[in-house]
Amino acid sequence: MSLLIIVIWDEVRITDNYLKTLKITEIEYFEEKKMISRDLPPSYHRSIFSKVGEGKICLGIESTAHTFGVALTQISDRKGRILCDVKSVYQPPSGSGIHPREASRYHAMNAASVIHKALTMAGVDIKRVDAIAYSAGPGLGPCLRVGAVSARALSSYFKKPLIPVNHALGHIELSIMLTGAIDPVVLLVTGGHTAITAYISGRWKIFGETLDLTIGQLIDQFGREVGFSSPCGAKIEELAKKSSNYIPLPYSVKGNDVSFSGILTAAKNMLKEGKKLEDLCYSLQETAFAMLIEATERALAFSEKKEVLLVGGVAANLRLQEMLKEMCHQHNARPLIVPLRYSGDCGAQISWTGLLAYLSGVRVDIEKSFVHQSWRFDKVLVKWRY
Amino acid sequence: MEILIKRGAEASLYLTEYFGEKVIVKRRDAKPYRHSQLDEEIRKRRTLQEALFLMRARELGVSTPLVYLVDTKRCEIIMQYIEGRRMKEIIDSSNGESIDELCIKLGQCIAKLHRKNFIHGDLTTSNFILSNDGNLVLIDFGLSFFSQRLEDKAVDLHLIKEVLTSAHKNSKKIFAKILEGYGTIAGESMVKVLLNKIKEIERRGRYARAG
Repeated sequence: MSLLIIVIWDEVRITDNYLKTLKITEIEYFEEKKMISRDLPPSYHRSIFSKVGEGKICLGIESTAHTFGVALTQISDRKGRILCDVKSVYQPPSGSGIHPREASRYHAMNAASVIHKALTMAGVDIKRVDAIAYSAGPGLGPCLRVGAVSARALSSYFKKPLIPVNHALGHIELSIMLTGAIDPVVLLVTGGHTAITAYISGRWKIFGETLDLTIGQLIDQFGREVGFSSPCGAKIEELAKKSSNYIPLPYSVKGNDVSFSGILTAAKNMLKEGKKLEDLCYSLQETAFAMLIEATERALAFSEKKEVLLVGGVAANLRLQEMLKEMCHQHNARPLIVPLRYSGDCGAQISWTGLLAYLSGVRVDIEKSFVHQSWRFDKVLVKWRY
Repeated sequence: MEILIKRGAEASLYLTEYFGEKVIVKRRDAKPYRHSQLDEEIRKRRTLQEALFLMRARELGVSTPLVYLVDTKRCEIIMQYIEGRRMKEIIDSSNGESIDELCIKLGQCIAKLHRKNFIHGDLTTSNFILSNDGNLVLIDFGLSFFSQRLEDKAVDLHLIKEVLTSAHKNSKKIFAKILEGYGTIAGESMVKVLLNKIKEIERRGRYARAG
């Protein structure tokens, strides 16, 4: 493990002197104790179910923004398994957003111990692992590089194949495994993405997306205006529950696409005019979520699919879940929601998607391994689905 | 008697008779997931707007169904029934047979509207109907608006591009033909400007640079 630490520290150029000045707080871990096991839906390619895949283990490293997460997943007996999921989360100071450099330093310091912790928790020797997956994008460059360097070090030292994984696809694929979705319309709502997508012949195609801010950015930027530290979703939701006074905000659905910048400007202005914060939080949620659900409803009606899957950090919002369920009920579609524990960024999303990719032949040489800060998920050729 | 022919995302369409004439009733039902005040306002506004835009599009030389009655209280429009096939079905079922001419015509329709700063707002292949008497009829003006910004025209075209790539094979060729038709009305230079704008919009979208 010492080798790994040296490589990572070199990457972000943390000098000894710098380290001495840095206040090192105890790492906060969020861990999953019980093993998760789910039957695999039949929509996977047969290579996933073949004997070759039986028992294979993938170690995945997530490192796109706040979260440095490591997880081990396995396919066994036609079931998808999460053996462990450990993460350490960088918390920016109140009122400010994530600083890529600070976050990456935090990740670099914790990387080795998080990886170690994951292996210990799963009770798996690193030699038993079949592939190393890392989040190759999209995300913040400095953070992505910490994950990539960790993965490269493990891959080269222990001679394991290296698998680049698209972070957004990770959200989608893990949620599908956990909910047992077969052929859903997916509403992906995070700090980095707001998109409505469905799988069509080899790719996750985008039916609609935001034309400017993501829903996560809208919530966080409004929250920071008030002085919260991001992620602000939970605080905004709590305040929204205290109000039922609707203040009209710009409702902007353009076909299947949505635009949130008008809401942010209007809400900020109204805050300065002295409108009640609770009312604004409530109205912001009502307006923005209704836009998302309307765009999803259009994609559902157009694609004529029978399931809607809610994925990503904002999926934790109960009001959004409620709206999605009501919409699905009207269209006789099955609403599926990613479990709260796995709605945010986590190692499991990278590990699981990496495992699927590994079993369908995806590899990258260390010399050619990459990180892309803006890697669109609809560019990824998906080989593990029909 | 009303026969439900389509429960869309935005509204329900019913086939019925109105003074002996076959008509479509387009009714915007309440959306239970939306705040009632917001919902009512949106439905009322869109019903009235749609009726106005249906008439305006005709004035610009694009075929649309005739409007017989607008009821903003019940949020419904009674309009002419167009017998024919949706563009979506025509594209899906065209095995090799040429639909180029139809796509050019489709592009011309869009250009005729855009020339007068008329933005349709929901250009999908389901919203074009080839009527049995050979007219290409544009429907569903629920999201239409007027704007002279290039941006809005580009977003309009970007939507049809997105719908084509997400739901149809050969989308590139079909989109090229649509642009060809668009160019015959708006001019080639306009098409180039709009294509650049579309690229800009795609870049601006989340993580748009090709990986």
